[in-house]
Amino acid sequence: MVPGIAYFLVFHYGAFIANAVAFKEYVPFDGLWASPWVGTENFSRMFGDPDFWHATWNTLFIAVLQLAFFFPAPLALALLLHSLTSDLLRRFTQSVIYLPHFLSWVVVVALFQQVLSDTGLLNTFLSDSGLHTVDIIGNPEAYKPLVVIEVIWKDAGWGTIIFLAALMQVDEQQYEAAAIDGAGPWRRFWHVTLPSIRPIIILLLIMRLGDILSVGFEQMLLQRQSVGPEVGEVLDTFVFWQGIVGGDTGYAAAAGLFKGVVGAVLVFTANRVAHRLGEQGVYK
Amino acid sequence: MEKPRFATKAAKGVAVLVVLGLVLIPFLVIISTSLASNREVVDNGGWVLWPSDPTLRAYRNILEGGIVTKALGVSVGLTVVGTLFSLACTTFLAYALARPGVFGGKPVLLLILFTFLFPPGMIPAFLLVKGMGMLDTYAALVAPVLINVFNLIVLRGFFQGIPEELYEAARLDGAGDWQILWRIVLPLSKAALAVVSLFYAVSYWNAWFHASIYMESDHWPLSQVLRTYVIGGSQIADTGLSEAGMVSAPQTTQMAVLVIATVPILLVYPFLQKYFTKGVLTGAIKS
Repeated sequence: MVPGIAYFLVFHYGAFIANAVAFKEYVPFDGLWASPWVGTENFSRMFGDPDFWHATWNTLFIAVLQLAFFFPAPLALALLLHSLTSDLLRRFTQSVIYLPHFLSWVVVVALFQQVLSDTGLLNTFLSDSGLHTVDIIGNPEAYKPLVVIEVIWKDAGWGTIIFLAALMQVDEQQYEAAAIDGAGPWRRFWHVTLPSIRPIIILLLIMRLGDILSVGFEQMLLQRQSVGPEVGEVLDTFVFWQGIVGGDTGYAAAAGLFKGVVGAVLVFTANRVAHRLGEQGVYK
Repeated sequence: MEKPRFATKAAKGVAVLVVLGLVLIPFLVIISTSLASNREVVDNGGWVLWPSDPTLRAYRNILEGGIVTKALGVSVGLTVVGTLFSLACTTFLAYALARPGVFGGKPVLLLILFTFLFPPGMIPAFLLVKGMGMLDTYAALVAPVLINVFNLIVLRGFFQGIPEELYEAARLDGAGDWQILWRIVLPLSKAALAVVSLFYAVSYWNAWFHASIYMESDHWPLSQVLRTYVIGGSQIADTGLSEAGMVSAPQTTQMAVLVIATVPILLVYPFLQKYFTKGVLTGAIKS
């Protein structure tokens, strides 16, 4: 267990301390500790930087889209699967929809380009049928919906696991009782199914809120080029571009730290709200 | 319960078919295109749904040497070695944290869970790896991601589920912690170990970002090569691959690389799939 603990101390707590670079003017030659302190200069520069606000805006916009469309997708899929009467069909569908989760973002992005680019599967089909083609890949206006659709394609199936398990624990007798009382399928869904899985929905929602500023770093980085930073930059890629490509280390670390702190505040708040509403939340 | 109406059934059937199609058709196209001949790809405007005359030419060209063959070697090595190290470290730590009174269990666990909620950030992690002199070493691709908290929690939950009596019996027979772990805990935890190994193997196999910032291009794993030549659109012919006597259309070659990057996952997946639900759930509920 020593290597395990050492790993956490070095790569998590060590890196945590290295966040100090956000308050420094990093000089590669001097290294982290010898570089001069500059106080909150990096932060004040950041708040006056329009590029930073672009990235923040894009992040929030994509996060809201994800919350509205990606978050309910696994739940809807799980409800569909759960209602299938054929066991074989359900298991087969499950195996298929888990699969994309295991592909790397590189593969997923390449797949989407193959299907949706101007010479791709969809447009070739459309022009062969004499219809208008649609410009999706590389179109700034389509970028945000596109990245959300990609996430849904990749991970909605995988996300059903937890909902399916919750659905399986719903007491069969409650359904029967409701049916005897004359509740139709929709009323049973509304009064039995949904309340039973509400705690798990809230739990996942809180976790999602805490992570809301991470809208998918690898995915965004892979596609930022095709639409440019104006629409494609999110906070994570901003940190990457400024710090690792641009070498503006202290500045990028400040942006990263900002993102981390906001995320932490969001988790605390969401958890507190959950407690107020009488839910368990992530922690007590 | 009453029988569902026909309309409901039909609607569900259509929904399932659409979902299956959306997932499976892209795979089919990629595989077919990689197997098609150059002429057919060009005639079809870039992609093929069903090759009329399948050929393995694209694969042969790639595997005859050059950049993809090398990257494939790196990826296989990285996946095997990385998974072994990660699995060993995760298992030991999970076991220690699962047993009462082994070593300040609770505070250590909290310290670890804390890192899950508050990840340290990209720039500090980069400085750390750089500061430790690990740039362009394969250690940079393993050490910073050695233990995944989620996997740790899954294993710990599984170890805790083993009945206390078994531990006590073993201890009465004079077994030490190592023996208990090796003889009793591990054999009983095969399902969890299988899932965790798969998760680690997949993440090592798919990793490209760390390779892109820490490694020189001739030490790149397959995913990063794929990213550069397929998504980045660089011509494979411009690079070392042309030495292998590239004749295939780039399209078929690109698709072949894509297939090679995906196949290992498709191969192990069916064997491990039955454990997913169990493994993921123990983790999710405990945390």
